[in-house]
Amino acid sequence: MANMSMIKVPMPEQDPCVRNKNFLEVATGYTEDMAVEEAKRCLNCKTRPCMSGCPVNVKIPEFIGLIAERDFEGAYKKIKETNALPAVCGRVCPQESQCEGKCVRGVKGESVAIGRLERFAADWHRTHFEDEIPPIIKNGKKVAVIGAGPSGLTCAGDLAKLGYEVTVFEAFHSAGGVLVYGIPEFRLPKAIVKHEIEGLKKLGVDIKTNMVIGKILSVDDIMDIGYEAVYIASGAGLPMFMGIEGEDLVGVYSANEFLTRINLMKAYLDEYDTPIKRSKSIAIVGGGNVAMDAARCAKRLGAEHVYIIYRRSMDEMPARGEEVHHAFEEGIEFKILTNPTKIIGDENGLVSALECVKMELGEPDASGRRRPNPVEGSEFTLEVDSVIMALGTSPNPLIRTTTKGIEANKRGCLVVDDNLQTTKDGVYAGGDAVTGAATVILAMGAGKKAAESIHEYLSK
Amino acid sequence: MYKILEKRDLNSAVTLMVLHAPLIAAKVKAGQFVIVKIDEVGERIPLTVADFSKEDGTVTIIFQAVGFTTRRMRELKAGDYLSDVAGPLGMPTEFGAPKKAVVIGGGVGCAIAFPQAKTLHKMGVSVDVIAGFRSRDIVILEEEMRGVCDNLYITTDDGSYGEKGFVTDVLKRLLDEGNCDLVIAIGPIPMMKFVSLLTKEYGVKTIVSLNPIMIDGTGMCGGCRVRVGDEVKFACVDGPDFDGHLVDFDALMRRNSFYKSEEQHACRLGGALNG
Repeated sequence: MANMSMIKVPMPEQDPCVRNKNFLEVATGYTEDMAVEEAKRCLNCKTRPCMSGCPVNVKIPEFIGLIAERDFEGAYKKIKETNALPAVCGRVCPQESQCEGKCVRGVKGESVAIGRLERFAADWHRTHFEDEIPPIIKNGKKVAVIGAGPSGLTCAGDLAKLGYEVTVFEAFHSAGGVLVYGIPEFRLPKAIVKHEIEGLKKLGVDIKTNMVIGKILSVDDIMDIGYEAVYIASGAGLPMFMGIEGEDLVGVYSANEFLTRINLMKAYLDEYDTPIKRSKSIAIVGGGNVAMDAARCAKRLGAEHVYIIYRRSMDEMPARGEEVHHAFEEGIEFKILTNPTKIIGDENGLVSALECVKMELGEPDASGRRRPNPVEGSEFTLEVDSVIMALGTSPNPLIRTTTKGIEANKRGCLVVDDNLQTTKDGVYAGGDAVTGAATVILAMGAGKKAAESIHEYLSK
Repeated sequence: MYKILEKRDLNSAVTLMVLHAPLIAAKVKAGQFVIVKIDEVGERIPLTVADFSKEDGTVTIIFQAVGFTTRRMRELKAGDYLSDVAGPLGMPTEFGAPKKAVVIGGGVGCAIAFPQAKTLHKMGVSVDVIAGFRSRDIVILEEEMRGVCDNLYITTDDGSYGEKGFVTDVLKRLLDEGNCDLVIAIGPIPMMKFVSLLTKEYGVKTIVSLNPIMIDGTGMCGGCRVRVGDEVKFACVDGPDFDGHLVDFDALMRRNSFYKSEEQHACRLGGALNG
């Protein structure tokens, strides 16, 4: 009997006033009964519109059907057939614009909570079962993957299962990419990422850390030492700044720096050595998920005032609705239709205020969104001691500038064909290195596709 | 894991370590740096490579125990391990084709001035080295430096060894003698600033090696950004060497003091390189 409730079974969450002082996960997850109840909202449509919204083609109605039958392990295995990182995707995918955005139940009322159910199945599996290692017949061919983020890990896992000997080269001291340096603990516990990486190692994937490709080895070096194909999944790591006056003042960071200190280096924990400033009043410039993450981290570090400065309106804000909602609940103050014009420092060169101008929306621009224009004479200052620039990132040029024949476009994104092969034979690329900063799931989709292409290339 | 093959205290605060890191040793060139991390809870700190041997697969670092991490590192012994060493990072020094160079080291900065002098000396360039210290008891690498230059001038602030005074006093004399066409200065930020001001008057090309705050060392965090002329550069990927006549040393000094109050992380206040 289908559950015809118009709304999703609510996700249990930590109280906003409690959670904005800790780094524990905000959403605590469905119980078995909640999951079964929500699973029964799925109509099991024949046309499966939800699947068309998933970049890795998770068999959504099937896994939800298994949850409804209380076969939780079966549901996990069904997801795992096409998705290497279900516990991650269940938490950080923008389901509202993908699978859930296509759900028939969403036409009248809320869609089925596909993301929450995916997370439930993955968490249930992790607490009840050891990962099974599928039988692998080694084919004796070596493939290198550059970057141990979501795209690289997905590609490595798929290739390992096909029998390839896969080495992942990671620049940082630990694997995970944006999942460990970017996304905070309260949205994605690092123990989960670690579990997924351990799973890949059990498949035989060799992860070599501290390997800054382009420096310690070039792509040509990698091919010279016996790797027959390379997948570049080096992400989009270069932070952008606004170029306004005062950006070199003390107390101005990129979101990358701020989040890396907190998430990767665990500066918020006393037993870790990396320092972090505890701001009293802080402005985060930008309206994406990274801006929300930085704001919510700053709040948890004890800031009294945390401002999001965004030049368009709430409607254009690129962050997920859920993140914006959570940020609101936690006391983040939104200054929309506002753009910074200057960062003001004190006599010691420390940030003391941010000068902003009010904006109004004009005609649509190239992005299709209404162009924000400054309102003359509307300048005002906000008293802050820190400013974080969360304006987006672009791909790091380190790899392409050290290997001949790998071309990039004007924005520094690597050029690839339909099979994700770069302009160099045997060298593939995907994820943010190709698209510019995008989502975890799109990067994973590219990793999957690249694994297929590399398999085809090496099977010729 | 990276084994510490040798550890030697050069003075009461400065320590030399030879690390087993063959892949880095195979690629590193003078002027480049590594990022090291002691263990799981450690922070990532940048240290310019002081020496290396491709044959032995070793990289030598020299650091001053002035901050939390460098003090922890000084406690380690030969046979211990560092959990992480990443590199070689940054751009190698572009020496050009000078005829006569003056290489200046200030305090622990001599650790980096030494390989620069060594490289120039090997290139057949006439090299004078000026090494400045506060006092006699902290003089390091005297014999090593003497072996790679034509003339070694040591200055101490208190006159307890060599000439009493600053490196700029000797530099001015050498510049007045003429025919010097390259100056390399590595040391505390004020020293590099005043060397650069002086050489600018003489119009002599000056390379400084910066050591700002950074995390990843690959261009990702932007913490190491520094104003060079009209441009904002990232020391980790564009540097660490820059034209001393263009660097905004005052802004760099402010930025490097950012974490002074947090657990005295003085290791990255330029202290790791600059005594």
